[in-house]
Amino acid sequence: MSNIFNSSIGKKLIVALAGFFLILFLLVHMGINLTLILAESSKPFNVAAHFMGTNIIIKVFEVILFAVFLLHIIYVLILQIQNWIARPKRYKIPNFSQISFFSKFMIWLGGIILIFLVIHLTDFYFKSKFGHIEEITYDNIRYYTDLSSLVIQKFQIPGIVIFYIACFLILGFHLWHGFQSAFQTLGLNHKVYTPVIKKLGMVYTIVVVSGFTIIPLIIYFTQ
Amino acid sequence: MAILDAKIPEGSLAEKWTHYKNSVKLVNPANKKKLDIIVVGTGAAGSSAASALGELGYNVKVFCYQDSPRRAHAIASQGGINATKNYQNDGDSVYRLFYDMIKGGDFRAREANVYRAAEVSSQVIDHYTALGVPFARDYGGSLTNRSFGGVQVSRTFYAKGQTGQQCMLASYSSLNRQISKGTVTMFSRREMLDLVLVDGKARGIITRNLITGELERHSAHAVVLASGGYGTIYYLSTLAIQSNGSAAWKAHLKGALFANPSFAQIHPTSIPQLNEYQSKLTLMSESLRNDGRIWVPKEKNDKRHPNDIPEEDRDYYLERRYPAYGNLVPRDVGSRAAKERCDAGYGVGPTGLAVYMDFRDAIKKQGDKTIEAKYGNLFQLYDTITGINPYKEPMQIYPSAHYTMGGLWVDYNLMTTIPGLYAIGEANFADHGANRLGAASLMQCSGDGYFILPFTISDYMADQIKTPRIPVNLKEFDEAEENVRKRLEKLISINGTQTSTFFHKKLGKIMWDYCGMVRNEEGLKKAAELVKELKHEFWTDLKVPGNLNELNQEIEKAGRVSDFFDLAGLLISDALNRKESCGAHFREESQTPDGEAQRNDDEYLYVAAWEFKGEERPHQLHKEKLKFEEVEVQVRSYK
Amino acid sequence: MKVRLKIWRQENAKAKGAFVTYDFEEVSTEMSFLEMLDALNQKLIKKGDSPIAFDSDCREGICGSCGLYINGRPNGPEKGISTCQLSMRAFKDGDTIYVEPWRAKPFPVIKDLIVDRSAFDKILHACGFISVNTGSAPDGNSILVPKEYSDLAFDSSVCIGCGACVAACKNASAMLFVSAKVSHLALLPQGRPEARERVKNMVMEMDRLGFGNCTNTGACEAECPKEINLTNIARLNREYFTAKIL
Repeated sequence: MSNIFNSSIGKKLIVALAGFFLILFLLVHMGINLTLILAESSKPFNVAAHFMGTNIIIKVFEVILFAVFLLHIIYVLILQIQNWIARPKRYKIPNFSQISFFSKFMIWLGGIILIFLVIHLTDFYFKSKFGHIEEITYDNIRYYTDLSSLVIQKFQIPGIVIFYIACFLILGFHLWHGFQSAFQTLGLNHKVYTPVIKKLGMVYTIVVVSGFTIIPLIIYFTQ
Repeated sequence: MAILDAKIPEGSLAEKWTHYKNSVKLVNPANKKKLDIIVVGTGAAGSSAASALGELGYNVKVFCYQDSPRRAHAIASQGGINATKNYQNDGDSVYRLFYDMIKGGDFRAREANVYRAAEVSSQVIDHYTALGVPFARDYGGSLTNRSFGGVQVSRTFYAKGQTGQQCMLASYSSLNRQISKGTVTMFSRREMLDLVLVDGKARGIITRNLITGELERHSAHAVVLASGGYGTIYYLSTLAIQSNGSAAWKAHLKGALFANPSFAQIHPTSIPQLNEYQSKLTLMSESLRNDGRIWVPKEKNDKRHPNDIPEEDRDYYLERRYPAYGNLVPRDVGSRAAKERCDAGYGVGPTGLAVYMDFRDAIKKQGDKTIEAKYGNLFQLYDTITGINPYKEPMQIYPSAHYTMGGLWVDYNLMTTIPGLYAIGEANFADHGANRLGAASLMQCSGDGYFILPFTISDYMADQIKTPRIPVNLKEFDEAEENVRKRLEKLISINGTQTSTFFHKKLGKIMWDYCGMVRNEEGLKKAAELVKELKHEFWTDLKVPGNLNELNQEIEKAGRVSDFFDLAGLLISDALNRKESCGAHFREESQTPDGEAQRNDDEYLYVAAWEFKGEERPHQLHKEKLKFEEVEVQVRSYK
Repeated sequence: MKVRLKIWRQENAKAKGAFVTYDFEEVSTEMSFLEMLDALNQKLIKKGDSPIAFDSDCREGICGSCGLYINGRPNGPEKGISTCQLSMRAFKDGDTIYVEPWRAKPFPVIKDLIVDRSAFDKILHACGFISVNTGSAPDGNSILVPKEYSDLAFDSSVCIGCGACVAACKNASAMLFVSAKVSHLALLPQGRPEARERVKNMVMEMDRLGFGNCTNTGACEAECPKEINLTNIARLNREYFTAKIL
């Protein structure tokens, strides 16, 4: 095991594993969000949000999630800086014959996603944690936050809707390469299964991006 | 003549090498560390010799002009490597390979050396397999073979059309292992520009660092030349464009005899020259002749597309002339037959200097897939260069300069006439006589390097253990370095109007026209005159830009071309001297009524070894009489 | 035909270097790209200028000496060939062609278009071989190798060490090169005994020499003259993890 994470391949392993975790997280996140538009009332969403905000196991996972985000970002930065150093003198005409198109822009896409994340967290997460959000009561149980109303409120503003959808697209580009790339980094490449994994990655990306995108759109046009 | 003692061990042919190994002097491991050996060249011979010597514990220094030892031209060998494994159960044996080589070489090679080369061939395959060469295999997992020109058994091991690359990379990997262990020190981008003799023994070399231009001195107890052949003397050849004869030539000038220089093989199947700018010719492996049928139209100037020429209008001239071997005749025979047809006006292609090699029948019989598995990369190579798809229409091929059987004269120990100077691989003359068989070069180079030289050199090294490390400040080194410097300065100071490439092209044309596939007295004499004139022009009108103390590719070329002028002179003299046709050397004056080569065993059953006697003085000829004890010297017929 | 060449000229490793423009009119479509440069050099020498330095040797795409970065692509616009196999057929009359050397920190420029690729040799010194002494090999057929593996090993072993993968990679990563050698030897039973040591040492050496990290972009595969593919890199990763973790 010694110094595996000092090696280039070891560092990539961390990025890939963290990526997988984030890929799973996105699915859960999207699932909960979809209750906003699929359910008749705001109850399922707020109940889930409450659960996510209070359950002790989830809280542990929350910490892990932040740590994984950080690992993903820090290791990518280290690798990226090494990559820049590895070519001190750049070409006059850059090369564009890559096989995976978005791989060239991963660092920039990731950077935008990071900025989005900060804004997104300030909009909702920090507000629910530290700010003041209206309370709501279902079946005589008092929930401390009415996150649902906050979301609906936010997505009344066209600028925010557009901003969110743009960021989802960028997230999609990031995943388009990231999903299959993580498998390759783990060494999982097979002449039969790799094409399947690539397809799966595309399906996943399309589902996640459209799943997230549809929410602000429906809220904006129906509420 | 005492000077040409081949030192062939006593005993019957089959026992000589075993006897030799049993009685050769050895060096104890502790002493080997104190002994230095220089190896010049890192091809199949040089890399394997250096790594084998390193494994034994000698202190080895290796030199190559390329940026990495892996790029030596063995890398471009395509078709395969012979070995007497008899895995095919088709009756192969050491004796048969030996006999095929002796006959293929038209009875102009030394029996004992050839037999030994055949003897170690199996070990070479074992070693390469162990080093990770992915030789072609059957579905059962065992090694498979194919047949090659000039033989009737399947003994050629191959890795698609890249056997040379795979063997080269394996030798390179064994070299790398020794470099990492510190037994071998690698000096790349270095060119050997002189040999240093101390008390008549080879004790070092002068090299030019091709990056800085600095002249460097390296000393050793023995020097091994594995510097390859001089086929680029024809300018256009299948060799790498930087391949050259300079290292061997410098050794020759210092007293090593040069044997059979005129034995230069013209390979029958290369892609024809397309234009005047061309810098080299690309080989299409001989293995293609296993399935490719060679033909020309029966009518002169038949301008129809080859696919439109029906069977009855095609002349499969090799099958017609040589029914027993057909398309698998040896290279010299195949080359001359192609030239004969083209000269007679039946040639095809835009220049009329090409014949067809057709895979139509093989593809019909075996299918695209099988042919692709066998020759895929060669077909692709052909397509890349010519833009013609050989699956759809026949290849056009023509002979081109390829391999030089001639080289430094060596005895059974592979030592030249300079004590302590060895020549291995293509750089020596020993194993191929007047014509080399296909897939015998990798075999000989690797055999020399891995399994022969390490034994024979110990015989000499055993006497060197009392000689301390040779210092490089001896006056002999001073002189040699000074001579090298003077010559370089002379070349760069001519400041004429023409480049060395210009002269090289002109020289190559003369050699090809008068001293190529077919030679005659008149032409050779004319060539000698032309070379002399051109040499004079070279030394008065050459232009070399830049300086000596920098990376200067033009001074490198100029140095090599300047040596080629001298070597060309000797090559022509040798061709003039040998008034017989044998193997690759075809004298028009000496042929049978049906145009086959006519040997003259009464007068020329010898190796012509030439001694340098000084500038402007003719070389002296020494003859090593060839004795054939095991085989009967007969007319070489492939009919 | 006529082309405008913009060629990187740099006197030596320390010099700064710049693009120099050459309008070259005597170009034939029958020339190879390097023959075109040869012809240009002949002209330059005669004019008293210094010729353009570039590496090349076998000129048939197997030695790996040559390698020029032409109009944004290693080995120019065609797929699966080395620079010496590039024909001027690939260009049109009046084209502007940028010619640059390989660019990577471990491949410093020596002169003009020549770079120092000895880093590749160094990686192979770190166990890019099978440790077997001359004379100790068993009979070639004593170890049977499934044809499938032998063929796969061959596909990986055809690497010519030209450096186009590093040149093409946006990160100047040498993973395709390293993975080809690791795969070649790992796929053969002869290479298994020291497979774990091999992959660890070669990766360590690759990292030490300052090559970048692989981001699975695939430019290497797209530009490799021998079309060595990314499955090798996955195999390298696999071999590395098993060697390190298991």
